[in-house]
Amino acid sequence: MNGWRRTGRGAKLRLVGVFDQQEAVLLRGLIGQVRTMLAERVSDVPADELAELTGIRSGHTRPPEDPVLARLLPDFHRDDTELAAMLRAAREPELLDAKTEAADVVLDTCPPEGGRAELTVAQADAWLSALNDVRLALGTTLGVTEDMPEETPDDETLAAHLSVYHWLTFVQDALVQTRATAL
Amino acid sequence: MAAPLSAPKTGASQQAEQVAEGAGALQVPWQTIVWNDPVNLMSYVTYVFQKLFGYDRDKATRLMLDVHHKGRATVSSGSRDKVEGDVAKLHAAGLWATMQRS
Repeated sequence: MNGWRRTGRGAKLRLVGVFDQQEAVLLRGLIGQVRTMLAERVSDVPADELAELTGIRSGHTRPPEDPVLARLLPDFHRDDTELAAMLRAAREPELLDAKTEAADVVLDTCPPEGGRAELTVAQADAWLSALNDVRLALGTTLGVTEDMPEETPDDETLAAHLSVYHWLTFVQDALVQTRATAL
Repeated sequence: MAAPLSAPKTGASQQAEQVAEGAGALQVPWQTIVWNDPVNLMSYVTYVFQKLFGYDRDKATRLMLDVHHKGRATVSSGSRDKVEGDVAKLHAAGLWATMQRS
């Protein structure tokens, strides 16, 4: 992957990136992990008889205990816990759907063996969201801070994880730059 | 916010817009707040503000820089329903947003 380029115009506009096999496997693996975490959150929703009767979905009222999921699914209000709980129950199901759909777009358009990912503008937007979710997940796990030192840490495992994080940053930033010119 | 590239310039009409927004804020009951975050890219946050709210690049950049330097920025305001919808869209984009009464 050495960036994204645009081909075609109007409805035929495509954003094209080329991934080698290792990159494709890595990216798809990370996207798949986030997707699994989201699916577990969906399946843990407490049963609600009223929701089953009315067909109106209701989600969790409490934020996730896991810090990664908590970052992906933030509260709507900082201080008013009652309002935050009510809005989470109302809104979290569609947020989980949106994030899952974005992950699915990446899995559908990034060739598993590597090669060209050719994205419509709408697919590029899904990629941006899904790449951001993976970076949030990895950044939260690694404890990324704003003034993170540039040099590689001595711990080899941490260094490897950080290099994946920086690679994802590159892929996302390059896609933003290419996508933004079509606004 | 993270910045793989040098920070873009702020808009020229900044001051006039701030005055206009200050006057408007008194009449609207709810605000959408975006909080600073060490992961989200400056380029991406600017892009999200342009796409979700239709702001021009200058205004989106100025709001992004407010988030970056001041730790937070009010990015939209209006009725509770409108602001709730804006927060939901920002969450879908992965930004850390909350709503509050003006």
